Amino acid sequence: MQEPEETGPGSLPPEKHSEFAHRVMRRQARLSIGVAIVFGILLLGMPLFNLYAPKLAATQVGGFTLTWLILGVLFFPITWFLSSYFVKASNKIESECADWRKILEDES
Amino acid sequence: MSLIPFFFVIAIILVTIGLGIFATKASKTASDFFVAGRSVSVFANASAISGEYLSAASFMGIAGLVMKNGYDALWYPIGYAAGYLFLLLFIAGPLRRFGAYTIPDFAEGRFDSAGFRKIAVTFVLFIGFFYTMPQMKAAGVTMGSILNWPYAAGILVVGSVITFNVVLGGMKGITVVQAFQYWTKVFAISVPVFVVSAVYGGYGTQITKNIEDPRDAPSFAAETTVKMPGKDKAPNNAIAMTSIAPTTITFVDDAIVGKAGPSAKIGPGETIPPKAAEMLAGVKGEHAAGSNFFSQTFSFLNPDGSKGTKTGAKLEFEKPTQIKFLEGSYAPNAPSNGKWVAPFGPLTSKYNYPLLYTYSLIVALVCGTAGLPHILVRFYTNPDGRAAKRTTLWVMVMLGGFYVFTPLWGVLGRNIVPGLYANGKTDTAVILLPMMMENKTLGLILSGVTSAGAFAAFMSTFSGLLVSMSGAFAHDIYGKILRPESSPADRVKAFKYAAVGVGAISMLLGLCVESFDIAMMVGWAFAIGAASYFPLLLLGSWWRGLTKTGAAAGMLTGGLLSLAAIVTSMLLDKKILTFEVAPLIRSLMEQPAIWGVPLSITTMIVVSKLTKSTIPEDVHTKMLRLHAPEEMGMSVDYIPH
Repeated sequence: MQEPEETGPGSLPPEKHSEFAHRVMRRQARLSIGVAIVFGILLLGMPLFNLYAPKLAATQVGGFTLTWLILGVLFFPITWFLSSYFVKASNKIESECADWRKILEDES
Repeated sequence: MSLIPFFFVIAIILVTIGLGIFATKASKTASDFFVAGRSVSVFANASAISGEYLSAASFMGIAGLVMKNGYDALWYPIGYAAGYLFLLLFIAGPLRRFGAYTIPDFAEGRFDSAGFRKIAVTFVLFIGFFYTMPQMKAAGVTMGSILNWPYAAGILVVGSVITFNVVLGGMKGITVVQAFQYWTKVFAISVPVFVVSAVYGGYGTQITKNIEDPRDAPSFAAETTVKMPGKDKAPNNAIAMTSIAPTTITFVDDAIVGKAGPSAKIGPGETIPPKAAEMLAGVKGEHAAGSNFFSQTFSFLNPDGSKGTKTGAKLEFEKPTQIKFLEGSYAPNAPSNGKWVAPFGPLTSKYNYPLLYTYSLIVALVCGTAGLPHILVRFYTNPDGRAAKRTTLWVMVMLGGFYVFTPLWGVLGRNIVPGLYANGKTDTAVILLPMMMENKTLGLILSGVTSAGAFAAFMSTFSGLLVSMSGAFAHDIYGKILRPESSPADRVKAFKYAAVGVGAISMLLGLCVESFDIAMMVGWAFAIGAASYFPLLLLGSWWRGLTKTGAAAGMLTGGLLSLAAIVTSMLLDKKILTFEVAPLIRSLMEQPAIWGVPLSITTMIVVSKLTKSTIPEDVHTKMLRLHAPEEMGMSVDYIPH
């Protein structure tokens, strides 16, 4: 365990808990929802793509149909890319938020 | 039948036991037992989570489902992987930081309510037992495929080995075993498929075969004899002949055709032409061994006398028998290329609402992943919230690296072993496909590798479920409810007894479900999880207005109604219930997530608003425990150890 110090654990006054929680959560939520929307559009858009552009979806690419290539193969690297972006950005937010005085000052 | 695959299975079982015993020495304290002392490295933990997640449904089920239904089945691997992304975005970090061992711990800690814990525990057991049933079935079916063992033998062997392993080592032992089994599964799903593709042509080549002529369908490359089950295994006792060309079949044994009708569904106003009706009436009844049946194709007649849908005959057998198909004849029960390779095929179009079915399936798989108790408990083995996120990232990569191979097996299965369509054994494509190779020894070795992978799959998932359920008994029911004063040593003992009990019940349940589909049972577990735990975790971590009454009401309403809808739907499928249901309702019953999840979330919000006064006063501190950076020391271990 770390020893409590000036900016360290326990130094956030209880009356600031609510405000600080709001700010930290808002930052994290904004990031999570952003990534979720991008992925949601791709995921929920695929059935619509298949429904409204069946000819394009059936175009042959490298032996596959385009829609099979996207869903069966390319979707996996897309999830890797999005999650790696999220982990980096989210941990950055966390590092920034560890300095709670700055967070409370910044936005008050 | 050769013993080569069996040796591979024995080897994987021995290595599993050996690793379990080896790891036991490191597993001493209560904390070790429940969450591996929270000291597992990111890479090892990611391997273990992936190992636990890749169940029989992933290893055998997806290949089978792609073979059977084509494009639509691709949603399964995508949904399983995408579910993890949402877990990462909304749940992984907060959950680990909150510092509880299990979901019931989270439920109690978040709402300061021991009563809510009891409700949460029941869902661990609900979901757990539903998820063990398909694992058990897969074990029985695999042993049946490679050794002709009776169904029960495979279940008893796998069940006993894993129960033994869990009793010895708890979770720490299992972490090592799970990590090892992930790599076994990746090896087993990828290497044999490379070899098979090198002989028969790669992914693109195999798909292309199904694109060229949309009206064509798979046919037998050589004379093929298929073992058909009797009517106790319905609907797998039926062969629906193609409408492309007539089919000649030979009854190898004495056979009884119980029912004969058209393969296609007869539309309103359509009738069977007299000649075809005569043929269908004639084929019903007994056939001597060695006799033939020449099955004609025919077209339904519209009321105005014009020709309607073209179809073949569909025969249902009374008792187990063998049927021989000629070289070049079309495989029965196989969808045509056009329906198979294109979206909105046989799976999602079943009730004529393909888009609705597709979306509901996506919701179930994505939200259900976050609701699986045996997966979530592993987040607590991460040293901190950041490690939990990094772990999930690695899990994404590992799962994708595995899942990308599974549809390829289905495609190869369609083109190379179409006989599996005939008796509904598409689930065993992964095991039986390599045996078709001309080099028999190589084929048997590859089949041994996939059999070992399949064993790793259901062994690892079953052990994860066993740890979760036994943990719920020992930690929640015994340690929290029955004997709160018990010492850690008592709880470890309780865990071991619980593991033996849960293992035994799982094996018994497994014996009862032989006639149910693997994918169907996994669907139960996912749907209950999606409508119960997922909303609890999502709103519990992000909305401070959630009250325990609201959370409980939502979990129970969504979870139980979804469960009821699915069970009713399955009983209708099995014709145990026989009332008429509109296709739209039927579709919503079979895939309930699209209403179950919103219903659960809405109930939580509405009831929470009504019971606002019960929001705990320290809710802001709880939110900080969930979300504040670790460096601030706001996170505490909920369970002291």
